Amino acid sequence: MPKSARRKQLEALVMAPLNWLEERSGLVGATKYFLFRKVPAETNWFHTLGSATLTAFLVQAVTGVILAMYYKPSPEEAYGSIQHITNDLTLGWLVRGMHRWGASVFIILLFLHMGRVFLFGAYKYPRELNWLIGVILLTMALGEGLTGYLLPWDETAYWATVVAININANAPIVGPFLGDFLRGGAEIGEETLARFYSLHMLVIPGGLFALIGLHLYLVIRLGVTEPPWTRAAAGYEFVEDGRGPTRKGLVEPRPRGNGSIGTPTRTEAEV
Amino acid sequence: MADELERPGGEPVEHEAEPHLPSPTIWPFAFAAGIALLLVGLIINWVLAAVGAAIALVFAFLWIREATREVRRRPVQAAPAEPVSELAAEEEEEEPERYPRSVFLEMSTLGVGALIGGIVTLPALGFMIAPAFVDNQGFDEVDLGPLENFPENQFVIATFFSKTDEGSVGRRTAFIRNNGTQNEVPSFTIISNRCAHLGCPTQPQGLPGTAKKITAANREVSITPVASVSGFQCPCHGGAYDAEGNRTAGPPVRALDRYQYLVRDGDLVLAAPYSVGKVTGEGAKAQIEAYELADPGQHVDGPEQILYPPKFWNSDG
Repeated sequence: MPKSARRKQLEALVMAPLNWLEERSGLVGATKYFLFRKVPAETNWFHTLGSATLTAFLVQAVTGVILAMYYKPSPEEAYGSIQHITNDLTLGWLVRGMHRWGASVFIILLFLHMGRVFLFGAYKYPRELNWLIGVILLTMALGEGLTGYLLPWDETAYWATVVAININANAPIVGPFLGDFLRGGAEIGEETLARFYSLHMLVIPGGLFALIGLHLYLVIRLGVTEPPWTRAAAGYEFVEDGRGPTRKGLVEPRPRGNGSIGTPTRTEAEV
Repeated sequence: MADELERPGGEPVEHEAEPHLPSPTIWPFAFAAGIALLLVGLIINWVLAAVGAAIALVFAFLWIREATREVRRRPVQAAPAEPVSELAAEEEEEEPERYPRSVFLEMSTLGVGALIGGIVTLPALGFMIAPAFVDNQGFDEVDLGPLENFPENQFVIATFFSKTDEGSVGRRTAFIRNNGTQNEVPSFTIISNRCAHLGCPTQPQGLPGTAKKITAANREVSITPVASVSGFQCPCHGGAYDAEGNRTAGPPVRALDRYQYLVRDGDLVLAAPYSVGKVTGEGAKAQIEAYELADPGQHVDGPEQILYPPKFWNSDG
């Protein structure tokens, strides 16, 4: 159907700022490349677990920032400020609840995502590095859980942290130093709370953001694996991806999509 | 294939034709078995642990040798390509001659950058990790009130605040028994309630009476007598101790910590706590193996104590 004059005018109106941005930054092209890259034909819902985990992390980040506006990390005020958030502030119970339950959702999705990658054999060549980064991300997420657990500053938080820090302090050789580092001294007190607060909302999230960026970069660079039950993954069927030799799935995998920004794809042509 | 040229740092084609996959090997499994044996041995028997460690070491070596075979062989393969290596050698020789100043500037920029970065970073890093290396087990003396509150040969639970400025976090509990006098000097058994496994609060096994609140030296102290105490138990992981604080069951690695004490103006005053390996004997005649205060779960005696080195600096000294 030929485009009407009005539609052309509208399109030009939308495209003008985008073209301005694209000409100066290339960001539109990069976004298109990210969103419309090729994926195997037989992807399924299990492939969404990574994005689900990312979403859970972003929810944690946003709700955490909001909570930080009201939370007071000092021994006298911490517990009271949490009660204030939960009982007095408008929708405070909701934001705190999202952060508190979202933490469990984040960890559960991480493990499901890890299980998917393991069972699909997606950790194999050339994606070993991404598996390693994922393992570091997992430990950092667990670190977020540990440091966040102390912040409500109630009996559960206190005794759980006593036990958790003492477990760290039991490590051979480094234990005594690790315990005192986490406590910020010999006893759990205000230094511990301030320390855990800083780790929980500055140090570990910063590392998480950086490593998630690297994780995604490698996903885009190396592409998505076929599920193991596909003919391509089993090596029966060759996949033509328009460049060079065929890809034989897990039997003889090779890196995909190396630096091919700007390569025209079918989806892009449709846009 | 126009985009072939535009690929920034694209992989060479030969890589795509021949992926490097590790050859099948049994060594990781043997290595894992060695590690498993080592871990089991750590719990059961030192000899078993040593055997496991030896197995793990041997197979780790074999595994590394297997995994790096290709890498180690490469120089041998590259040797026949004489002209290329000669060219490379020439370039290497010429490079510093051709750009001596730019190389110097490059290196000095990196060096100055590293210096500035170090000057900024190292103190901050030290500030962050300093508490880990300083022995700062400072303890303010706590006045627990007159001696009359501690009946002879009976345990009382004394709850007090070691720090007055941090709310409930400073709350501590000690189990105190007046042992009468030994050589005309008052003798007390003062056991910390901190479990020697992971630091949970232990409870006395006996019949608690009614709590009494007293104020001594501007500190609130709660004192609860407990009749016929047979020992102490921890609710977290089932650690059990006898009435002298010796471990009788469960995961703790040593006896319960104790407090030093003194009697000042007729008041019982708690001083710094210390760790205990083992107690022989009872009451005033008890022989206590005393050690510097250690975190719960850390061995203070036996061969395992080498796993928990002392602090480098003492903040008091």
